[in-house]
Amino acid sequence: MSTFGKLIRTTAFKLSIIYLVIFSLFAVGMISYIAYSTQSILGKSLNESITREVTGLGRIYQQGGVRRLANEIERKSRHPGASLYLLLDFSGRILAGNVAELENGALDIEGAARRPIKYKRYGDSEQKYYRAVVNVFDLPGGFRVLVGRDISERDHFREVIGDSLVWSAVVIIVLALISWVFVARRVLSRIDEVTLASKRIMEGQFSERLPVSGSGDEFDRLAEGLNTMLARIETLMHGLKEVSDNIAHDLKTPLTRMRNRIEAALAQEPSSENDRKVLESAIEESDGLIRTFDALLRIARVEAKATHLTFSKIDAGAIVQDLAELYEALAEDGGASLVYDIEKSLDIKGNRELIGQAISNLTDNAVKYASENFGGDGSIVKDGAKVNLSASRQGDRIQIIVADNGPGIPIEDRDHVLQRFVRLEKSRSKPGSGLGLSLVNAVAGLHDATLALEDNQPGLKVVLSFPVWNDDVVLNSGAND
Amino acid sequence: MDRVKTMRVLIIEDDVEAANYLSKALKESGHVPDHASDGEQGYMLASSEEYDVLVVDRMLPKRDGLSVIEALRTEGCETPVLILSALGEVDDRVTGLRAGGDDYLTKPYAFSELLARVEALVRRRIPGETDMVYKVGPLTLDRLSHSVKRDGENILLQPREFRLLEYLMKNANQVVTRTMLLENVWDYHFDPQTNVIDVHISRLRGKIDKDFDGALLQTVRGAGYMIKAGNLD
Repeated sequence: MSTFGKLIRTTAFKLSIIYLVIFSLFAVGMISYIAYSTQSILGKSLNESITREVTGLGRIYQQGGVRRLANEIERKSRHPGASLYLLLDFSGRILAGNVAELENGALDIEGAARRPIKYKRYGDSEQKYYRAVVNVFDLPGGFRVLVGRDISERDHFREVIGDSLVWSAVVIIVLALISWVFVARRVLSRIDEVTLASKRIMEGQFSERLPVSGSGDEFDRLAEGLNTMLARIETLMHGLKEVSDNIAHDLKTPLTRMRNRIEAALAQEPSSENDRKVLESAIEESDGLIRTFDALLRIARVEAKATHLTFSKIDAGAIVQDLAELYEALAEDGGASLVYDIEKSLDIKGNRELIGQAISNLTDNAVKYASENFGGDGSIVKDGAKVNLSASRQGDRIQIIVADNGPGIPIEDRDHVLQRFVRLEKSRSKPGSGLGLSLVNAVAGLHDATLALEDNQPGLKVVLSFPVWNDDVVLNSGAND
Repeated sequence: MDRVKTMRVLIIEDDVEAANYLSKALKESGHVPDHASDGEQGYMLASSEEYDVLVVDRMLPKRDGLSVIEALRTEGCETPVLILSALGEVDDRVTGLRAGGDDYLTKPYAFSELLARVEALVRRRIPGETDMVYKVGPLTLDRLSHSVKRDGENILLQPREFRLLEYLMKNANQVVTRTMLLENVWDYHFDPQTNVIDVHISRLRGKIDKDFDGALLQTVRGAGYMIKAGNLD
């Protein structure tokens, strides 16, 4: 039914209806005109032939009297498929003819009758009425003659025309409906193809193109135009990727050299303890630079969905478990307790490495802020700092929650912190690049997951909600290496 | 379980300075390096000479690193390969390993990291890999019964601690870096913001070293950790 509804809403349907109406009107008009003119031509020729016969009979009476006229009428009456004849005397007695019964009053008016009259044929076994056009005329001596022509043939012709009118209307409507269904289905299928293709493109498959049927129709022209545009976008995207790959390569090579040299200098046993410290801090700084740089590149790639990432069926709970175990010890050392609650078999479609990194970033932050809050100035007892990790199924979503009871993030800053390099005033003094949450946000986007920053009263509660694994969904393995 | 002896290493790297530094550092560590500066030359050398390990840059002139590795693997060459790359994307590693690489290191790297990984790769080929019991001095780890003993005394470990110790003992007398531990024990390849591994090491240390004479699990400054009988020299 929905397909039908879709069909009705198409432009093709509206156009078909307009064509149907115009075509039907035209057909009806033309057939009516043909019917009318044929009828009038037939009627005219009928009247003319009756008049000719009347004149002929009148001449016979003048030449041979009533006897000859009666003979002639008798003779004519006997012809098969003959016209109607009737000869009456002044008293109304039939002298000759082939009419058994006439409509009342048919003989009263002289001349051509205005309308067809009904009659019964002489010797007709069925005894039914026929219709005829008649002409009555008087002869000297009180004789009266009727000449007529049966018009059932003409009536039959009219019926045929009427029928053909109805049938042609039916055929036109049926043909219009069929052509509409074909046109609409073709149009719809083309549009569906285009919609599907554009969806795949939106998902990051930039090499995808809109289908071109090769018929050169308006859809092909449209698709070709859009494809040219897509090719241009792909070139630009590719250029961008190449640029970032080259930046990665060109910047990392000197960074590697720099690190190597410092490392070599350190290996040479620096002359003073101070030199050693300077060199070590230089290595640390360069490592920090590299880390930020890698994180930026990774976020950019994940956001562009351009990277060839392999998605598979993974257990989100297992990842949370891994990271909880990884960070548990760190949290305890920082005076915080890390508690986790994980349900079994929480399958989602995703990239384990990226989701792992996202949860690691969140847990890292949570541990950092929970313990900082309680041991900020190094003197306060840190007991009570808590980090909670949970993974559970909520309907058709898999929810991962990372919560801490640290300082939290004020409502007005929550959208803001997802952007790159944003670090709240309070945390500026702490280590970190300000890219952690941006990466989490990008990873969530890539996985069709939602990311919400909520108030943990006190603290921050980060809720990641992934669509649950669906067996019907085909894995979109972007890997095409 | 001796330390890996002299290795013949082929470095295929177009950045001459990086290659020279690597060669020099490898020589200082007692190994014998060779250098090829493009893919074609590297392929020729790798297929004609005997090496213990290949260090291959991914982006090379004339012939890219992955195709060199693929060609060598097709010919039946089984020399372990460490891929070096400026590309550190999640799936770049997967493609590199799929092409026949044995390990993947993202640039820029610390030499200690590279050396530790190269030694681990060579070690992997030395018979004894399939040993069911690892022994380092007074410490034994039974991979079948999942039991750990020091001086005949049972030590109870968490499953993750067991895997950590197992990996360290498998690479006994060699430096194992933090990222190697994260990759092999936790199976994640990202770089955690805080050094979470250190905490796990200190816990493990508390169980296997604290109540005994002589520390086996040692910190190698600026590089990582090493499990070794006797003192570090």
